[in-house]
Amino acid sequence: MSAPAPALETRGLVVGFGGTEVLKGIEIAVPRRQITALVGPSGCGKSTLLRCFNRMNDHLAGFFHRGEVLVGGRDVYDPGWPLESLRFAVGMVFQKPNPFPLSIRDNVLFGPTIAGVERRAALDEILERSLRGAQLWDEVKDRVGASALELSGGQQQRLCIARALASSPEILLLDEPASALDPIATAKLEETLVELAGEVTVLLVTHNMQQAGRIAHRTAFLYLGELIEEGETTAMFSRPSEKLTEDYLTGRFG
Amino acid sequence: MSALRGWLAEGTSQRWLTVAAVLLSLGMIAGLVTLVVQVSASAFWPGEVVELTLADGNRLLGEEAGRQDDPLSPGRERVRMKVGNRDLDPADFRWVRDSQVTARRLPSDAWLLERREYGPFYGYARRLVLADRTVEATTGDLRGELGRALAESIRLVEDERALFTRVASLHEPVVEIDTLIAAARGRGEPTAGLEARREVAAARERATSTPLLAELSALRGRLEQGVLELEVADGTLQTVPLAKIVRAIPVNRLSTGGKLALYLSRWAEFVGGEPRESNTEGGIFPALFGTALMVMLMTIVVVPLGVITAVYLNEYARDNLFTKAVRLALANLAGVPSIVFGAFGLAFFVWTLGGAIDRLLFSDVLPTPTFGTGGILWASLTLALLTVPVVVVATEEGLQSVPQAVRDGARALGATRWQTLRRVVLPYAMPGILTGAILAVARGAGEVAPLMLTGVVKLAPDLAVNLEPPFLHLERKFMHLGFHIYDVGFQSPNVEAAKPMVYATVLVLLALVVVLNLAAIALRNRLRRKLRSSAV
Repeated sequence: MSAPAPALETRGLVVGFGGTEVLKGIEIAVPRRQITALVGPSGCGKSTLLRCFNRMNDHLAGFFHRGEVLVGGRDVYDPGWPLESLRFAVGMVFQKPNPFPLSIRDNVLFGPTIAGVERRAALDEILERSLRGAQLWDEVKDRVGASALELSGGQQQRLCIARALASSPEILLLDEPASALDPIATAKLEETLVELAGEVTVLLVTHNMQQAGRIAHRTAFLYLGELIEEGETTAMFSRPSEKLTEDYLTGRFG
Repeated sequence: MSALRGWLAEGTSQRWLTVAAVLLSLGMIAGLVTLVVQVSASAFWPGEVVELTLADGNRLLGEEAGRQDDPLSPGRERVRMKVGNRDLDPADFRWVRDSQVTARRLPSDAWLLERREYGPFYGYARRLVLADRTVEATTGDLRGELGRALAESIRLVEDERALFTRVASLHEPVVEIDTLIAAARGRGEPTAGLEARREVAAARERATSTPLLAELSALRGRLEQGVLELEVADGTLQTVPLAKIVRAIPVNRLSTGGKLALYLSRWAEFVGGEPRESNTEGGIFPALFGTALMVMLMTIVVVPLGVITAVYLNEYARDNLFTKAVRLALANLAGVPSIVFGAFGLAFFVWTLGGAIDRLLFSDVLPTPTFGTGGILWASLTLALLTVPVVVVATEEGLQSVPQAVRDGARALGATRWQTLRRVVLPYAMPGILTGAILAVARGAGEVAPLMLTGVVKLAPDLAVNLEPPFLHLERKFMHLGFHIYDVGFQSPNVEAAKPMVYATVLVLLALVVVLNLAAIALRNRLRRKLRSSAV
């Protein structure tokens, strides 16, 4: 019996915009229910790779791609897999908190509502589960009707995680989620991600090596659109097999 | 040379220039508002009634309405006397040189009558003749008796008007059939069936209206009975029927409280009453109502139209030659003189669209137009067209202010483009949309020229909203404050006497625009507060 398919996988993935190739043949497999960090200097294609898995690049001007992107072993460009249901399965959290100008409740239930969930009891259950998953429940349970814009930056980012969790995704993509947060909010966010990793696959783009070292089970190092090295975080941080990785990790460039 | 350059680079002079520009703008607005408020605030304050005795022995009775240098004898002044009594002498005003005046006094028995016809009347009250008795000014309580008799006669006049309206409305079925008969004749069709129907309707009208007509003539008889006799300035005795009097004021005997009460009652009549005397007296309520209703109808049309256009341009259309052309056209549309929109509204809405509606739905009364003539609907649509660029531009700005991160957030949650637009983008852009609505209201409420071609009239007999189904009569012509100002100020038979009315109407129009704007701004600020702490 073969091992279950990786949560996320790319095969010979080339992605570009206009005439420029940003990713130059990426082969990566992200295992289930772990935190995998994508690291690398600015402009190396980390975010572009991340956005391939829920096809967010498709909306950008001049986008083209070759090769395969698989989520749970299934091609994301399978015509029988509508974009909307792909995105229910693959949640995403952005660099800056981007709550909608709605109440906390309506923010969290945005996904289920547009998917057609209407029963009040079901929605209440999803609300509590998602907010608990994002470790925000205790802070907001008495004011879920208040505007999401009244929350602090860290709370807003955890709200965005709760919003992504509300669709019960198998995979959570995070694009530098802590870059707009202070150290305390960052610590809280990292704690949340570690908790979540037991249930969902987390793929995390980060600029912060310490963050990758603290929470990621595996780390992948990208440089100029190529995957230089990928493996167990502890192994890679202590004994990088590539010279380039070592230089980056020790701060000689980047 | 370099000193000048250094001075310019320092920027002090430029800063003062900006300050001066702001002060100039503020000064102009303050000047306008001050003038309007000053003139209209004093318009309804009762003045003194002055009696002047002239060198030639003649007397004048009236109010002093301004003085100026005497053009014939420098260094001396002349006074303009408002002498009223237009039914006796058509001139409302008389210029009197100070040198001609031998005596000036404020007679305590002088009365000012505000009348339903012929404007104000100044005279010395002598006696009140009622049906059953006569009250002499010298011996009886003329002021008290007159007050009671006038209250009674005003009530009778209202009854008479209501009854007359009812009797007149009984004739309407016959008029409707007459219109059908005329239309059928025009088409060369037989009219015998209609004639028979007309006979039945006329018989029914006679049956119901005969007793009412008797009641009406009895009422009118009672109205003719009360008469006030006054001596006027030239010494002759004149009679004024009580039925013609709106207010009788012993001006020089009024206390300050009495003057204040009169002042407020005049304002109340002005804002809430019907116009009299070809709009130069009475109230402006129909014009106020027409303006507010027209602006509301316009807003209901222009906001969805402008928002949908802006959504298409900003969210769906690619940036190509077509959208560039549309944006250019919109920008130019904002600069087209409003009378051009009026001409378009007349040609397209009134004649083409209205004509088509009449042919389809109201063909039985043609050639009498229903929608094929100016009306409040066509005026509102014309103004909606005029203000659509404002809404489009403001909405586009609102849409462009929605952060990409928020749009991406919704898309990443599996929302379609439409769901993103409706649930996230439009709420976010709402303050911008409301700004557009505010600007459209401000622009629309102040327009007059296009309305004159598409439905505004000097005097509309009925409001466009009433209790008869369908309650909102979109085909009706209407009155408008802006046109009212033009009409009273420039087209009335007695421009000088109507001047205070013009300023008071301007004040009401300004107040209406301010109120409409404040309502929209309050709404926008409430939405802004919700969005204020946005982190992105």
